[in-house]
Amino acid sequence: MRTGRRITAVAAGIAAVSLALAACSSGGEGGTDDETGGTGGGDASEVEVFTWWASGSEKLGLDALVGVFEDQHPDTKFVNGAVAGGAGSAAKDLLQSRLQANDPPDTFQAHAGAELQDYIDAGQVEDVSSLYDEFGLRDVFPEDLVDRLTVDGKIYSIPSNIHRANVTWANTQVLTDAGLDPEATYATMDDWFTALDAVKDSGKTALSVATTWTQVQLLETVLLADLGAEGYSGLWDGSTDWASAEVTSALEDFEKLMTYTNTDRDGLDWPDATQQIIDGQAGFNVMGDWAVAAFDEAGKTAGTDYVYFPVPGTDGVFDFLADSFTLPVGAPHPGGAKNWLDTVGSLDGQVAFNKAKGSIPARTDADASEFSEYQQSAITSFGEDTIVSSLAHGAAVPVATLNSISDATSKFTTGASDLATFQSDLAAAAGA
Amino acid sequence: MPRNLRRWGPPLLLISPSLILVAVFVYGLLGVNAKTAMTDVHTAAQTTGRAPSSFVGLENFGDLLTSPDFQHSLRNLVLYTVVFLAGTMLFGFLWAWLLDRPVRFEGLFRSIYLFPMAVSFVASGVVWRWLLNSNQGESASGLNRLFQMVGLDFLQNNWWNSVNWGIAAIAIPAVWQLSGYVMALFLAGFRGIPHELREAARMDGASEWKLYRHVLFPQLSPVALSAVIIVGHMSLKAFDLIMSISKPANYQTKVPAIDMYVFKSSFDYASSAAVGVILLVVVAVLIVPYLVHLNRTEKHR
Repeated sequence: MRTGRRITAVAAGIAAVSLALAACSSGGEGGTDDETGGTGGGDASEVEVFTWWASGSEKLGLDALVGVFEDQHPDTKFVNGAVAGGAGSAAKDLLQSRLQANDPPDTFQAHAGAELQDYIDAGQVEDVSSLYDEFGLRDVFPEDLVDRLTVDGKIYSIPSNIHRANVTWANTQVLTDAGLDPEATYATMDDWFTALDAVKDSGKTALSVATTWTQVQLLETVLLADLGAEGYSGLWDGSTDWASAEVTSALEDFEKLMTYTNTDRDGLDWPDATQQIIDGQAGFNVMGDWAVAAFDEAGKTAGTDYVYFPVPGTDGVFDFLADSFTLPVGAPHPGGAKNWLDTVGSLDGQVAFNKAKGSIPARTDADASEFSEYQQSAITSFGEDTIVSSLAHGAAVPVATLNSISDATSKFTTGASDLATFQSDLAAAAGA
Repeated sequence: MPRNLRRWGPPLLLISPSLILVAVFVYGLLGVNAKTAMTDVHTAAQTTGRAPSSFVGLENFGDLLTSPDFQHSLRNLVLYTVVFLAGTMLFGFLWAWLLDRPVRFEGLFRSIYLFPMAVSFVASGVVWRWLLNSNQGESASGLNRLFQMVGLDFLQNNWWNSVNWGIAAIAIPAVWQLSGYVMALFLAGFRGIPHELREAARMDGASEWKLYRHVLFPQLSPVALSAVIIVGHMSLKAFDLIMSISKPANYQTKVPAIDMYVFKSSFDYASSAAVGVILLVVVAVLIVPYLVHLNRTEKHR
């Protein structure tokens, strides 16, 4: 009995000592961190790059970009500040806290467009217009894009890549089995409904979709298809009335589309919905062009195993989103951040990054022949099409508005609100 | 005076560090939170002081409590709490009752029942998300598939994807995790009842039911009360389990803690803080009477 107690006491003591040691060692690391950081000025000794690119093609892209960075700026040490998880939501939460606590990283990833508005309003990012002149970026980025990045005459970020959100992916085998021509494209939503009916009758899921944000992305492409590029963009600047009959009919189309979808959608994320196309369980899926990486990984060939085309009714429109990098106010190593932004905007950096990530360069002077078949078609479209901003990916509206729209959409698709309520919820969200 | 100081000084000095820490980091921050809840900080610019913000009193609370979406969250919270409490109390008591009679391998059973508590809500949520897959029929998986295999097809349902009852499905894994804990509490309660009492009751000719009704249950009621308080306040703070099974944007599983998170990521700090205050009040309504009761019984002793 007594020895038993003594053993317990010894064990408890060891545990306590090891905890104390662990605390000391982590404290020590914190200390050295402080010594190297915080020197201020144009310090270019290192750069902490904050992203949510921690796995998959995103990680490959970042690695490729870092490779170019190390060639171009060998004196600046790259510090990876990537935060994994939740498609960026974990990273954004941490970033919000760090910015509030005046402990910004040297540069952080953000979706270009309205998502930056919150940081601009809060005075947390610097105007980088002068870097555009210094790096000569105004000549190589499309004018449309630069306009979209400009807020009150100032530009706050440098885009590293361009993604397209209005892409439909389809499994050719499923389409053939349903008696459809896989080569066919659909000019309007109504044409598409006929095809969706055919797939549904063949016993497969006609349209695979995943959790709320993918439903919001589907909603945005339906609005784009039915209202046209101008009408769609008007939703975000107030020139299109949310209460109008055109919006009602677009929402009716969205309601109809949701009847073709899988019932377990809310428990899935986009890779699961795309996987249903790859596995031949579903006919169609609407997802941004990052889905192409999933098809590549599964060893599928475009044209034979799967096809892609703009969402019906949106041909000639490029629903864009872009990742971009910023210069936060009070960055500990602004010189390093400047070097990083130089690499991000440079031709070599953009080519290396986008070849690995599967997106396309924002620069128009990149050689298209270096890229994959899908990317080449996207590069062509980006050069020719009308460009609109994506809702689901922070380009069209600030975070608060997007959150309200997501809530309204989830409420509607779970059956807790009817179409009229949905429309008024959306109008209220966009007005907020 | 010096005598008093000698008597109270050293103990006070000893606990002062924790007193100060609790005062600053618990009550101080509660105060800051309550203050934020009474301002109109709803945008990013106001959070850094670049745009003016002002004191609005209880306006945020009024807005929240009258909003149908927040009422839905509160309703979900009540439903979750009811299912979670009823489930853990029922299973906890049942298992304790079974183990209290002489069984072989009692220690083994105890560990088996208690084990789920060692798993974090986030880890079990990942597995339960799959188990609670809402697909039915051909593409069913998880529990729905299991029901098909054993011929109980009518039990298939869409689990947490139901608008009105979905949150009750998320309470199932919570019940699974915490029932063992309640069992341990009840088992200790059973063991604390002297054998003489049972024997005396039996000698007086009490039936088995009367024995429970008049001898055992009254002795177990303090244990039951503690279990209700502990499980109840855990359920009011439910967040991690819901987040790992569902997503914050999913309307069917919204609870106030999820709203708080969504408001915070929308830079709407005032509403977020207001939700926090409402949750604190709800927990206090449950806990404070218990603390008062506890204080009284201690004094009586």
